Amino acid sequence: MVGVSTLVATVLGIPVGVLLQLTAPGGLRPRPWPHKLLGFVVDLGRAMPFLILLVVLTSITRTVIGVSIGPTAAIVPLSVGAVPFVARLVQNVLSEVHVAAVEAAVTTGASTLRIVRSVLLGESLPALINAIGVTAIALLGYSAMAGVLGGGGLGDLAVRLGYQRFDDRVLWSTVAVLAVVATVIQFVFNRAARGVDRRRHASV
Amino acid sequence: MITVENLTKSFVGASGPVNALNGVDLNVQAGTVLGVVGPSGAGKSTLARCVALLERPDSGAIRVDGTDLVSLGGTALRAARRQIGVVPQGDSLLRQRTAAGNVALPLEAAGVAGPQRRTRVAELLDLVGLTDKADSYPDQLSGGQRQRIAVARALAASPSVLLADEPTSALDPETTGSVLTVLDRARAELGVTVLVVTHDMGVVRRICDDIAVLEQGRVVEHGKVLDLVADAGSRTAASLLPAVDQNPAADSAHDRVADVVLVGFAAVGALLPEAASRFGVELNLLGGGLTRLAETPVARFRVGLRGDRADSALEWISDAGAAVQRTPKGPQGVAA
Ligand SMILES: Nc1ncnc2c1ncn2[C@@H]1O[C@H](COP(=O)(O)OP(=O)(O)O)[C@@H](O)[C@H]1O
Ligand SMILES: [Mg+2]
Repeated sequence: MVGVSTLVATVLGIPVGVLLQLTAPGGLRPRPWPHKLLGFVVDLGRAMPFLILLVVLTSITRTVIGVSIGPTAAIVPLSVGAVPFVARLVQNVLSEVHVAAVEAAVTTGASTLRIVRSVLLGESLPALINAIGVTAIALLGYSAMAGVLGGGGLGDLAVRLGYQRFDDRVLWSTVAVLAVVATVIQFVFNRAARGVDRRRHASV
Repeated sequence: MITVENLTKSFVGASGPVNALNGVDLNVQAGTVLGVVGPSGAGKSTLARCVALLERPDSGAIRVDGTDLVSLGGTALRAARRQIGVVPQGDSLLRQRTAAGNVALPLEAAGVAGPQRRTRVAELLDLVGLTDKADSYPDQLSGGQRQRIAVARALAASPSVLLADEPTSALDPETTGSVLTVLDRARAELGVTVLVVTHDMGVVRRICDDIAVLEQGRVVEHGKVLDLVADAGSRTAASLLPAVDQNPAADSAHDRVADVVLVGFAAVGALLPEAASRFGVELNLLGGGLTRLAETPVARFRVGLRGDRADSALEWISDAGAAVQRTPKGPQGVAA
């Protein structure tokens, strides 16, 4: 559930983030009004409480995958909810790419698409991987919330068995499992980011 | 060849508009190196960025090999950019790519296929003397090596023009030499026309054929370095030639005192002794010295002459091709 939503949110969120950065003032293709509009939509999506999104999207989910309940169904609101989140993270990451490196690529006559691929995304690969890790952990938290609305999974377990049936052992075990899962995700993404990082860092 | 005509560019600054370029005219002959010098804020980078087609000027023309590039857009602009290799100011390499990967970037943009790309990258790494660093990442290279890779990248797609903005400003004298050698090779071996922005007259001294001095967005001096050093009043002469210490006592001990600028091997070696013996005058060196501009030895001496035919001797030196400027011999000399 978390894995698929993270994947979907990444695949959809990166292009939106790239678009935000390209159209931003000082970007490769500054377009003030489309930028503001896109930014507004993205921020609206991020400001929306996830619970509301969950409820609103339940009907849409039914038409998309035929069911509106269970782990598979939860993927839709989770993904949709995370796209604006990923988009902003990606934009922030891309805006940190050194301007001289971007301009050097511009002077080679490279197309915008190539600059996006080779320079913007290529240079920020480690940061992008970290951003996806952050998203995965945020989705882990949200997925627990989706569990309450019939999404299943650990959150469901914690609420139904732990909270509603006053079984503290189940409650705290699920919390512990969630913590472990979050730590593992963080560790894996950190490792991956460091693995692709070719820059030198202060080693203390 | 690069021709810049009446270029103007202004920015909106914090306190009103800033006129970075006020009608700049420039000319770089094919296969020569032009040094653009001037104090910080003079507009050097703005000029370089306009010629690099990174900044659109407010008015004026930029011609590379005859074609005006200012009004281009879209595909034509991208094609024009390929004709112009750029070494931007500051660190501009992709830190996530190897040295070879950085040099390959313009070739990828130009759609050069894999095998040819690798051959060309190898040629360029050889040109800048960094074949053994092909697989190193920028953070594993020294500042001078990074700049040489940046030059190799700028030259990768075989441009006819190379622009470099302060390519040596962050380097120590020794590594500066290695970067300048690479720029010089680009001109000598590839026939590239080079425009190099610098605030270091040492760069002009070592590799520039021509110089343009920029001040407050205007070209205040522009010409061949060897011509301008012979002009005693030029800024180029003032900053490139050996200084002459004022020594009124020595001046007043002579009948005539003059500053003589000599360009070239023959002149520097033989002219002054020959003048002395030809006209039977005593000729003393009172100051100045010898320097080298690229391959050419250049001297500026303050000479003092004693004898009846001192004026004739000076005239003969001048006729032989040296620049001679008589100096008033200080207060005592003028009074006498
Ligand atoms: N993007 C910009 N926005 C506003 N002012 C600028 C910009 N670029 C340059 N300037 C101004 O234009 C003038 C010339 O700058 P620049 O060309 O960088 O000088 P140099 O390279 O000779 O030091 C300076 O006064 C600078 O502040
Ligand atoms: Mg500058």
